[in-house]
Amino acid sequence: MLYFSKLRIIFITLISLFFVLIASSNIFKFSNEVLDKKINLGLDLQGGSYLLLEIDNSPVIEQKLQNLTITIKNYFKDKKIKIKNIKLIDQNLKFSVDDKFRQTILETFRDKESNLNPYYPRFKSHQLNITEEEGGFIVNYSKQGIVELKTSSQDQALEIVRRRIDEIGTNEPNILKRGNDRILVELPGLDDPMRIKSLLGKTANLTFRFVTNNSEDSFGAEKLKYEDTSEESIVSKRIILSGDNLLDAQPRMNSETNETVVSFTLDRVGAKRFGKATSANIGKQLAIVLDGKIISAPVIRDTIASGSGQISGGFTFQSATDLALLLRSGALPAPLNIIEERTVGPDLGQDSINAGMIALIIGFALVILFILIRYKIFGLITNIALIINLFILIGVLTIFEATLTLPGIAGIILTVGMAVDANVLIFERIKEELKNEKNNLIAFDSGYTKSKTAIIDANITTLLAAIILFFMGSGPIKGFSLTLGVGIFTTLFSVYFIARLLTVLYVSRNKDKERLI
Amino acid sequence: MIAFNRYYNKFNILSISLVVISLLFLIFKGLNFGIDFKGGTLIELRSTDSKINVSSLRDKLNQMNLGDVSVKKFGNETDFLIKFEVDNNKNIIEEIKQNFDKSYGNNFDFRRVENVGPKVSAELLRSGVIAISVALALMLIYIWIRFEWQFSLGAILALFHDVIVTLGLFSLLGLEINLSIIAAVLTIVGYSMNDTVVIFDRVRENLRKYSDIKIFDLTNISINETLSRTLITSITTLLALLSIFFFGGEVLKGFSLAMIFGVIFGTYSSIYIANTVLVRLRVSQKTILKDEEKN
Repeated sequence: MLYFSKLRIIFITLISLFFVLIASSNIFKFSNEVLDKKINLGLDLQGGSYLLLEIDNSPVIEQKLQNLTITIKNYFKDKKIKIKNIKLIDQNLKFSVDDKFRQTILETFRDKESNLNPYYPRFKSHQLNITEEEGGFIVNYSKQGIVELKTSSQDQALEIVRRRIDEIGTNEPNILKRGNDRILVELPGLDDPMRIKSLLGKTANLTFRFVTNNSEDSFGAEKLKYEDTSEESIVSKRIILSGDNLLDAQPRMNSETNETVVSFTLDRVGAKRFGKATSANIGKQLAIVLDGKIISAPVIRDTIASGSGQISGGFTFQSATDLALLLRSGALPAPLNIIEERTVGPDLGQDSINAGMIALIIGFALVILFILIRYKIFGLITNIALIINLFILIGVLTIFEATLTLPGIAGIILTVGMAVDANVLIFERIKEELKNEKNNLIAFDSGYTKSKTAIIDANITTLLAAIILFFMGSGPIKGFSLTLGVGIFTTLFSVYFIARLLTVLYVSRNKDKERLI
Repeated sequence: MIAFNRYYNKFNILSISLVVISLLFLIFKGLNFGIDFKGGTLIELRSTDSKINVSSLRDKLNQMNLGDVSVKKFGNETDFLIKFEVDNNKNIIEEIKQNFDKSYGNNFDFRRVENVGPKVSAELLRSGVIAISVALALMLIYIWIRFEWQFSLGAILALFHDVIVTLGLFSLLGLEINLSIIAAVLTIVGYSMNDTVVIFDRVRENLRKYSDIKIFDLTNISINETLSRTLITSITTLLALLSIFFFGGEVLKGFSLAMIFGVIFGTYSSIYIANTVLVRLRVSQKTILKDEEKN
C-alpha cells in the first residue's frame, strides 16, 4: 500500500491541479471554452419560480365525446342504421338502436380496421370501449384511449406554455413534461410570478359568436356573462371565427376613442368567413368570447373584408398586451391548474448563498483545526487532502454544470465533516498496529490494508442513501444527494491518493523516528 | 478500557423505553407536517417597518378567511413566516399583497412563496415514506450480503431505533417535518449504518482472532478499539452540522437539527444496540466460520 511510482505521482498531481483549475473557474473568468464552466445555482439560491401545472383533461374528454355523438350518428346513417336516444352522461355516451342492428354496432366498434374506433396494435386496445346494457350501449374511452388523449393534449399544452413563456422573455426557462398530464416550469431569476401565473392559468379560447335574442337558435345558445360586469347576454353556439384563425394580435392605441385595443389580423380562411358573416349581419351584435366570458359585443356597422379588426373592452395597456400575447401564442387544449408553486425572491437567494458560504467556511475551519490538533503533522496531511477534496468536488460539479442548491451546500459541508472519517480510520488503525510493530513502514502499510474494508463498507452505505435521495427527491433535495454522492468518490480519491501519497513521502523520510503518529 | 458492556442491560431498557415513548408520541401527538406534506401556502415576508408585529399581521390575515393561519417570526425581528391551509383561491397571494399594501403601506418584501396542492402533498408524503423504506431495505440487503444475519439484525434494529427516536423527538418538540427532514432522515440512515459497520467489522475480525473470548467481552474490546475513531468522526460531523445549524440560515435549521439528533443517536445505537444484539444472539467464532465455509 505504500509504494507510488513516479508516473502515478505525476498523474495524481495533474488530476488535482486540473480540478483546482476547473473549480476556480467559478470565480475567475477563463477565455478557454473547456475551462469556462460554472456551477448552476438552483432556484433557491438565485431566486426564481418553480411551477407544477396539471392539465385538466375532463373538458377535453367531454368535448371529444360530444363531437363523437355527431360522428356516430352520421357514420351509421350511411349504413341506414338510426341511432336513438344518444346522450352524454358523466363521460359515458349512451344510445340505443333497433334490436336487429345490435350485432352490427358491436362488430363495427370492435373492428380493428374501423376508423370510427381506432385500434392501437401496440397496446392491443381500441380507443373506445363499448358495453351492452339494458336497451342499448355505453361507449367510453378505454384506458389506452385516455392515455393517448392525455399525451396529445400534454404535447399541445407544452408547446403553448413554451410560446407564452418565450413571449414574456424570461431567461433560460426550463419547461418539462411530468407524467402524462403535468408540465413542470422553472423560471430562474423571476421575481414576481403573478403575471406568468395568470397567463398560464388562462385557456385563451377565443370565439366570435352572434348575440341572439332567440334562445331557440338552431345551433343552440347559451347565457354568458360579461368579463367585468355582471350583465349577461344570450349568445349563439355557432362559432363564426375562433382563435385558430388569427395570424397576429397586437396591443394598439385607438386614436379616435383614445382607448387601448387589441388589433388582430386573420388568415385567408378567417378573413373570408369574417367578411361573409359581417356583410350578412349588419346591425347585429357580434360577441367576442374569451374562455366563456364576453369581452365585448360590438354592433356590426359595416362589412369587414380586410381580414383585420380590433377588440375593445376597457383594456389597460397591460391587459391588452397580455391578451394579444395569449392570442398570438394560441389556446391551450385544456385548462391548466397550478398544483405546486415555489418562488424565492432574489435577495433571499443571495442571503442563502451568503449563509451557506459562511457555514461552509466556519464548518471547514472547525474541522481542520480539530484534525490538526488531534493528528499534528498527519492532521496537516489530512487537511491538505481535505482542501483538495473540496476543490475536486466543486470541480466535478462544475464540469457537469450541476445545479447547486442550499441543501447542496449543506451536503458539501457534511462531506467535509465525514470525509475525515476515512483518514481517521486509517490513522487510528496505524496507531494500533504500532503497539505491536516497531517498523514504521510495516505498521503504516498494514494500517492502510486492514482499514480498507471498513472504509469501503462505510462509504457504500452513505452512497446508497444518496442514490435513493437522488431518484426520489426533487429540486433542492436532489442537489443535496448529488453533492453527498459525488463527495464520497472525491473523498475516496483524496484519501487513497493524495493523503496516502503525502503520508508515504513523510513516513519514508522519517521511518526511524519513534512515535511517528 | 471502558467497560461499555457493564451497561448493556441498562441502556437496552433505556432504548426500548425511548422507542416506545417515541412511538406513543408519533401515534398520539403525531408529526407536525409542513406544507410539503399537508398542502397549503407558506409566505416568508420581510418588512421594512419595524413597528409591524406578529399579532397585527395575524389579525389582518384572520379577517381574510384563510382558515387556520399561523404567523411566526422567522430568524430576525423583521422577518415573518405565514402559513395557512386554504388552497382554493388562485389569487390569494395577490390579495394578501394588496391587503398588506393597503394596511401597512408598501413595506413588504415577499421573499418566498410556496404553495402545495393537496394532490401534490399526498404524493410527496408517499414518495418520502417510500424513499425511507427503500433505504432501510437496501441497507438490510447490503449488510445481509456483507455480514451474517445476526449482524444484519443488529444493524437494522439500530437503524430503526435512530429513525424512530429522531422522529419521536421531532414529535415531542413539535418541529416541522418537510422535504429536507426526509433528506436528513435518509442521511442519518446512512450515517448510523456507517458507524455500526465499522464496529461490526472489528467484531468480526476479533472473532476470528480470539476463539476463547466470549462475545460479551469481545464486543467491548471492539468498541474500545474503534472508540477514538467513532468519537472523532462524530465530532467532526457534528462540528460541520453545528456550523450549518448556527450559520446556514433559517431554511437549513430543521435539517441540521434532525441530523445532529441523528448523529448522536447513531453513535449511541451502534455501541448500545447493534452490539447487544450480537451478545443476545450468542454470536461466536462458529457463527462466522460456518458462514465462511459455506461460501
